[in-house]
Amino acid sequence: MSRRALAFGGAIVLAIAIGWVLFVALPRWYRPTPAATATAPQAPRVEPPQAAAARKITATLYFVSDDGFSLVPAQREVAYAEDVAEQARAIIEAQLMPSPPLVSAIPGGTRLRQVFVTGHGDAFVDLSPEVSTNHPGGSLEETLTVYAIVDVLTVNLPAITHVQILVDGKEVDTLAGHVDLRHPLAKSLEWVVHDTH
Amino acid sequence: MPFRFFQALQAAVVVAVSIITVLSAAQTPAPVTPYTVVTRSGRQPLAVHVVNGQEMFALDDLARLFSLAVREDTLAGGITVSTNGQTIVMTPQQPLASVGGRMISLPAAPVREGRLWLVPVDFVSRALAPISQQRVELRKPSRLLLVGDVRLPRVAARSEALGGMTRVTVDVAPATPHTLAQEGTRLLLRFDADALDVGDIRITPNDVLLGVHPGDTPSVLAFDLGPRFASFRVSDQPPPAPNAGRIVVELLSQTEAPGAPGAAPAPSPQTPTTEPPLLDLTPPGGFRIIVLDPGHGGDDAGAKGANGTLEKNVTLAIARKLKAALESRLGVRVLLTRDGDQNINIDQRAALANNNKADVFLSIHANASARPGASGAEVFSLSASDDTSRATAATPESLPVIGGGNRDIQVIPWETAQGRFLEPSSAFARTLEGALREHVPMSRRPVVQAPLRVLVGANMPAALVETGFLTNAAQEKQLAGDEFQNAIVQALADGIVRFRASAGGAVR
Repeated sequence: MSRRALAFGGAIVLAIAIGWVLFVALPRWYRPTPAATATAPQAPRVEPPQAAAARKITATLYFVSDDGFSLVPAQREVAYAEDVAEQARAIIEAQLMPSPPLVSAIPGGTRLRQVFVTGHGDAFVDLSPEVSTNHPGGSLEETLTVYAIVDVLTVNLPAITHVQILVDGKEVDTLAGHVDLRHPLAKSLEWVVHDTH
Repeated sequence: MPFRFFQALQAAVVVAVSIITVLSAAQTPAPVTPYTVVTRSGRQPLAVHVVNGQEMFALDDLARLFSLAVREDTLAGGITVSTNGQTIVMTPQQPLASVGGRMISLPAAPVREGRLWLVPVDFVSRALAPISQQRVELRKPSRLLLVGDVRLPRVAARSEALGGMTRVTVDVAPATPHTLAQEGTRLLLRFDADALDVGDIRITPNDVLLGVHPGDTPSVLAFDLGPRFASFRVSDQPPPAPNAGRIVVELLSQTEAPGAPGAAPAPSPQTPTTEPPLLDLTPPGGFRIIVLDPGHGGDDAGAKGANGTLEKNVTLAIARKLKAALESRLGVRVLLTRDGDQNINIDQRAALANNNKADVFLSIHANASARPGASGAEVFSLSASDDTSRATAATPESLPVIGGGNRDIQVIPWETAQGRFLEPSSAFARTLEGALREHVPMSRRPVVQAPLRVLVGANMPAALVETGFLTNAAQEKQLAGDEFQNAIVQALADGIVRFRASAGGAVR
């Protein structure tokens, strides 16, 4: 009786031991140490931030002309970033900032969600739904909204040749029923007049 | 169960094979009444071949008649027809032709019969007429092909007895000068024409009028008078259509007894006849269908004015008025992508135009700007993009075809259909701008090209008009009112009429 109980108890202990080794010890052993994962990507960032924080680039932003029929360029200082997507993000964020007395072609309340850049020079600019819901409509104003975003990236970043606007993470037909946004659009300076502010 | 399935399959195969056999047997041409080619120098027959129930002309016959150069590209399988530096390109087994760069549809594909290439008779009106320097008119009901400056008006007549008088209504298209004179027991209605294309004559013979028929000379319609004929009067009545004329001849009978009350001539000879047009007056060729697209609708109100004017209501009001104006001025069918306040998918708009083979597509909008001062009308056409240029330079794909083998077929997705109409669409936009300028204020940038979504899929010349700015207080007031809407309608109707007139051979 006691021998059987002893054997039973031993079997349970052995099973627990094997289970611990299989599911806890081995995975822990083979997983890279948490310290290593944390430091690896951070390592290259340690030095540049101090230098980059001070570094600025001059970017050309686009606003609605006085008569409402064109975009006018305006120069602004924008934080420098090493990476194209990061730089694109900084430029779009500067473009979205209210800049009175200039009038923005992009509806108020629009926020930048994300920017992706492909290896082929296509940038995907994901904007918050306000770009569509707050849009006043009209073929002209919608064209200016779209080309303010397309041109601000393609003019300032030669690595970006085409821009597609996404809304709330999704591809859209148009912002307000006019301009075809189903494909990335190329730079068009046809909408820009050259009297710099 | 599987056995019964195989039996059904076998039966289906047998039926299919017999249908194919019958169809291929039907391909042998049967003799039919030829067409008559009418030129100033005379008449000659033009043989008609019937293939699969379709009447066709031999391309060689047409080449002789119109001095066309026909070249067959055996390698690519295409047929090129050229005249006066313009070309028509056809592909066997495709009921389409490219005419001077514009695609047109044919009721059937070109067919090879021995050494002859056959094309549907409509090839003459749809492909040849637009690029020909002289007038080419195919009259299917009377089996006539008019070439050059021949005057051959169509006529039709109908009689009705009204008390003591018999009234004969004669419709003539186009309206043609004429005289009426009595010669013995006949009245001769003589037209200033080379000949008459006499259509439907519906006369109920009585003792005043025995019948109406073509006269001894080609431009005369003869009335055979009955024994009780006394006198006649003739008047021109309001035409049944702008391009036709209506002549009313009233034949009075002899009074039975002097003073009999019923014998008095009918009260007013000038009462216009209520006869519907006796001739089919739809213009051959030219614009048949125009699609107007009132922008936005339903949940999508479009642009909004400060006083609450909604773009969707303005665009619908203008589109409805323009439809009425075009239908009465051009006699064409006008379709609206919406005739109420409903949501319409952006793809459905051009699809309606494509499915109805519209000749032009016009989307009607009202504009908005971040600057309240912006005002004026502007006209947009599609700008060239990577996608549209891909459509123009569409490379033929090798596809398997019925009957075995592969053939190079140009596949153009609707998605990029407008790519082939960038030039005519831009001309359409310029024409509309020219007409608008005469009636309403224009914007600083009145003709614009932009990648507009609604135009991308249109398989015909297409434009979008922004009638004015709802964000401008003065223009909002105008856009909501009848006066400005009517000015826009007048301008757009003028523009469409002008574009039709300039669209090469489209006007006949």
